Amino acid sequence: MVQKESVLTKIPHSILEGVYNVGIDVDEKARSGTLFHVDQDTVYTKISEYFRDKIEIMDTKKALTKYSWLQDYMWKLVDPDKDEFTRKVDKEYSGGYFMRILPGVAVTLPLQSCLMITKKDSEQRVHNIIIAEEGSNANIITGCIQHQTGESATHLGVSEIYVKKGATLNFTMIHNWTEQTMVRPRSATLIEEKGNFVSNYICLTPVKDVQMYPVAFCDGEDSRASFNSILYGHRDSSLDIGSRAVLNGKGSKAELITRTIARKDSAIFARGRMEGNNADCRGHLECRGLILDEEAYLEAVPELVAKKQGAELTHEAAVGKISESEILYLMTRRLSRDQAISLIIRGFMNVGIMGLPENISTEINRIIDMVAEAS
Amino acid sequence: MLNILEVRNLKVIVEDKVILKDVNLELTEKKNYVMFGPNGSGKTTLINAIMGLPQYKIASGKILFLGEDITTKSVEERSKLGLALAFQHPPEINGIKLSSLLKLCVGKEAEDDFSAEEKELIDAFHLGEFLERDTNVGFSGGERKRAEVLQMLLLKPRLLLLDEPDSGVDVESLKLIGEQIQKYVEESGSTSLIVTHKGDILDYVDAKYACVLLKSIVYCFAEPKRIYENIKKSGYEKCVACQERVEESW
Repeated sequence: MVQKESVLTKIPHSILEGVYNVGIDVDEKARSGTLFHVDQDTVYTKISEYFRDKIEIMDTKKALTKYSWLQDYMWKLVDPDKDEFTRKVDKEYSGGYFMRILPGVAVTLPLQSCLMITKKDSEQRVHNIIIAEEGSNANIITGCIQHQTGESATHLGVSEIYVKKGATLNFTMIHNWTEQTMVRPRSATLIEEKGNFVSNYICLTPVKDVQMYPVAFCDGEDSRASFNSILYGHRDSSLDIGSRAVLNGKGSKAELITRTIARKDSAIFARGRMEGNNADCRGHLECRGLILDEEAYLEAVPELVAKKQGAELTHEAAVGKISESEILYLMTRRLSRDQAISLIIRGFMNVGIMGLPENISTEINRIIDMVAEAS
Repeated sequence: MLNILEVRNLKVIVEDKVILKDVNLELTEKKNYVMFGPNGSGKTTLINAIMGLPQYKIASGKILFLGEDITTKSVEERSKLGLALAFQHPPEINGIKLSSLLKLCVGKEAEDDFSAEEKELIDAFHLGEFLERDTNVGFSGGERKRAEVLQMLLLKPRLLLLDEPDSGVDVESLKLIGEQIQKYVEESGSTSLIVTHKGDILDYVDAKYACVLLKSIVYCFAEPKRIYENIKKSGYEKCVACQERVEESW
């Protein structure tokens, strides 16, 4: 077990190594609060002085003992009987992160959490709860990482997110697993009146197998949900990633954007589903994918379901190779073919779509640059 | 007089079809040249073949740039040697801001700033507010063409290949583009080859030489306005039979 530490930088370097690549700020200067969950333990939580009476961050189990009302938020959006993975988490879990942004608070610096696996053949099971109270505004960045390479492990994570009346939550998740990790997140979000939820998912490094299909229930009037995913599949990775918006509220809106790149021996399913259950709701789904090698597989599966007249749902999906005319265009600007391709890939994975605070965008762009460079 | 470009007996094939059979052309330094021709006459093919775009296959003949044989050189090599192409239909490039592309043109990194001179040029093209937008995405016809010519001038080429810089362009943009080309050619001593099937750009560019590309042959090397007036009067087909044909070359 990793020693519980009072300062994040005291955690051994061998453990911290790599967290930079999932957006974690170890110095915590640009973060309002932090939680580290390593294997089966929450080893570190901290809220910086200025934000003490504005946000709460603690292990889910601890939060459940502190607040009896929290029971009302457990397994309310995700059905424990959904599948074998939720059943496992329901039966036994090692905690997770509980984050709460208090009513009316605008948190100027992001909250961060890191879920890490270090032990071989282990199965990490967490249950996370986020509550953005009424009128609050916050950014959360969560990085998931498996530390040692070459060891098989499983990550099962249930996340239930509540965006209350008039609250805005920008939630960014970065995955950096290994070629031996199986990952099964199960997430759902409830958005109340005038609430705004943005979910960003970034997976750029090889992983054995990720399957997830997070859902946002836009129940409130004028509620809003956006899902942005940037997926880069390579080296036998199997990514089956969806996002689903259920538009129940009057005037509710959703936007689902996915950018995928499939390289050698990877298989990507990019799914998206929007359900219009109100006569006044709107949604748009955009999925664009590049397939860069012969031995790769890319399938875009957009689904639109309208159950009320007046629901306005649209989608555009395009998969294919990098446009030759774009490459040649850039070559007339003195770039080599390789430089042109790398520039196009970088532009394709542009995080400008995610509405992130600048310091997070810069970090993610750095990670994308690394990937684009390597390709 | 220095020869900038020589095209000798050029045969170009696109998708297994012979588009140009035997084209000869010679361009010398410090001049604007205009090439007329109806739609489908092969003007774009010729200009793209000179730039080296690979779908325009050179079956025989030669292209010399500043005396050097560039027939087998890549687009990148040709652009580094000093050829630049302003596309007729430039592609939209999602995720690449116009500012990034302009910095590439002047050989700068993303974090570098534009010099005062570069800023001035960007402003002259009225593209300051487009810098943070993805290149050509949602640009109007005039905005696209202005962005094309701006990029080209930032590359500081010896030979400017302009494919219909005047098509789909509003009057104001046309004036701006024409004047900027003229200014650049005058100041740098470079040469331009302007492909067009209208003559509007001649109001702003001082061109003394023009030709007509018809049925894969270059006809009539003469003063642009005279050619343009004749075409307007009698149509392109008359060029073939025209007794007035001035010279075999410029």
